Amino acid sequence: MSTARVALAIAAKDLRIERRSRVMLNQVLPFSGVVMVLFAFALDKANLLSRVAPGLIWMATLFSLLVMVQRSFAVETDDRAFDALAVAGLSPTGLFLGKSLALAVQLLVLDVVLVLLAVVLYETKIHGGGRLALAAVTIVAAVSVLAGIGTLYGGLAAGSKGRDTLLPLLLLPMAAPVVIGATRSMEAAFATGGIAMREGWAWAGLLVALGVLTTVGGALGFSALIEE
Amino acid sequence: MDSSAAPVVELSDAVAVLGSFPVLAGVDLRVEAGELILLRGPNGAGKTSLLRLCAGLLPISRGRGSVCGLDLTTQRRAIRSRVGLLGHANGLYQDLTVHENLRFWGATVGASAQEIGAAEQRMGLAARLATVPVERLSAGQKRRTALACMLVRRAQLWLLDEPHAGLDAAARDDLDTVLIDATRSGATVIVASHELERWAGLAARQVEVVGGHLNPVRSTLETTPPGRG
Repeated sequence: MSTARVALAIAAKDLRIERRSRVMLNQVLPFSGVVMVLFAFALDKANLLSRVAPGLIWMATLFSLLVMVQRSFAVETDDRAFDALAVAGLSPTGLFLGKSLALAVQLLVLDVVLVLLAVVLYETKIHGGGRLALAAVTIVAAVSVLAGIGTLYGGLAAGSKGRDTLLPLLLLPMAAPVVIGATRSMEAAFATGGIAMREGWAWAGLLVALGVLTTVGGALGFSALIEE
Repeated sequence: MDSSAAPVVELSDAVAVLGSFPVLAGVDLRVEAGELILLRGPNGAGKTSLLRLCAGLLPISRGRGSVCGLDLTTQRRAIRSRVGLLGHANGLYQDLTVHENLRFWGATVGASAQEIGAAEQRMGLAARLATVPVERLSAGQKRRTALACMLVRRAQLWLLDEPHAGLDAAARDDLDTVLIDATRSGATVIVASHELERWAGLAARQVEVVGGHLNPVRSTLETTPPGRG
């Protein structure tokens, strides 16, 4: 069976599970909303919130990512479905791409909601098509990197003892460059933090390169996880 | 049975190691297509390891072996797509319905809607049960769903580890019927179990696994008395 077919089957299955269980709708989105509100209370000073909004969006994304990755692999380990996938001899690259794709779709929805929350709670604004395009490219690129490393380290932690505590330890340091790059790029899109548009696009370009690197590296590295 | 046909499983002096411990210490085994054989023996003897070796999940360290005509040393991934391994867990997605689980496994092998429907019919999962989420099924219904997934995946070799565990009497009888039907339609079944009396009438052959070695049992009637192992 082709890698693309495996990837699509896995992604469709994960999204169907999400649609049925509504964990994203009933738990992850409210959780990220609470985080954004708490940030608003903690940093309630004139103009401060709108200036740091891009960083807060990505911090809330990162916290939610941990919950989403744990959920994504809990459905595989509950009844040892992950073992069944390994026995089935499916393409490990297809498995990685499928799980990443499903995670990316959910992260994309989450980030759109978070940006809307930032507009409402932090009074941030995106003026003009150029800035909107930069924000869109940044979100898509950052989400693809986060989904890739989330899937890779989620798979690694899924087979180990203490996976709930191991995952943040593995994932957060790897996600740090993404948070930095995405924050700078979104500062340019929001016209906060004194970042010029040209610089914002450079950060977005870096995120795209990281996305390609993560996807290729993850697709190659996931095979070793499945074999183990 | 045509003894000249290629065997589904052929192991020759096969050794498998877990860490530094040899779980299988030079085993010889030949299983023909359509056979149902029982692996018996005490806990820790190597029954599960033998099933995992045949599934291509445990590497062969020494000796030779083939499954479904494919080499166990060099073609392990290709072997996996031809076997179904059912251990103590069912490998199902609890939030999905029976039909959605079957559709997922069907999608991985390009199975048609007719094939999925036929598997549901054969396992008694059609109609109302097909639309029930797996988390709401009984243990027997979950087991039947897992076996239906094996059918949809077109597994040629069924490797079952204590398949009757957790099932009531009716579900055990149903499972026996399914396995007999499977062998009649050409599938090969290897079962690891402690329930010797139950398998005495079902298995064409029994093999005793002791300390990583295999000892053939001459007749299915020569079972170890209940209570052992």
